[in-house]
Amino acid sequence: MEITTSQYKRCDLIKITGRIDSSTAPQLAQKFNAINEEGRFKFVCDMSEVEYISSSGLWVLINAQKTSKRYNRGEVVLACVPTKIKSALDLAGFVPFFKFFDDIVSAVGNF
Amino acid sequence: MDTVIVPGRFENLEKISKFVKDVSWSAGFDEMGIYAIQTAVDEACSNIIDHAYGGESSEVIELNCINTKNALKIILRDHGKPFIPESIPIPVKHTRLKDIKEGGLGLYFMHQLMDEVYFEFSPGIGNTLTMIKHKPG
Repeated sequence: MEITTSQYKRCDLIKITGRIDSSTAPQLAQKFNAINEEGRFKFVCDMSEVEYISSSGLWVLINAQKTSKRYNRGEVVLACVPTKIKSALDLAGFVPFFKFFDDIVSAVGNF
Repeated sequence: MDTVIVPGRFENLEKISKFVKDVSWSAGFDEMGIYAIQTAVDEACSNIIDHAYGGESSEVIELNCINTKNALKIILRDHGKPFIPESIPIPVKHTRLKDIKEGGLGLYFMHQLMDEVYFEFSPGIGNTLTMIKHKPG
């Protein structure tokens, strides 16, 4: 898995490439935490290059959403989510907890 | 029968997943079917490492895949701690984000994505998980 981040005026873009599994999910959690520690809680996750997500990856997204939404200080939104990844979110019952966008510009524009 | 044996370390999940993808593709499953089998096996292996071995281990996970006319049969063996599958609660689908409690999704995914899931725990021999996915049509 590779993670690249871009800081925008109103949010941070996190692009994730590859597999989010028990091996790599902790790296993603660390990335969210590092940005949170700088006081930023608004995220767009570019999921277009995510090949696989396990339950451990889904928990990272849910925990990031919980942290972001606490005190209404932010939100995690998901962009360009492949069908397979959306189906995993759906199976977990997590779809209602995220906004989904078909492109990055619209997702960034949400903030 | 196709077999792969790896130490119970998270870094080996990708190798297992590629192996399962190849076997599932050869067995004739479509993209979503392959992804379902990959997910079930990945969750099962993660649970073996996390719970049976209590963390990453040099103890092995043995994965056997048997392609039959109507189904793909996956057999996973480990030598870790047994558990009582019925004791794992089915995750509740909450409507409020703050009510969600972490845990239990892996086993739930395995049951949802595969047609048959059986556990056997034999003292001195080890734990065996058998998962079967029927072929479409």
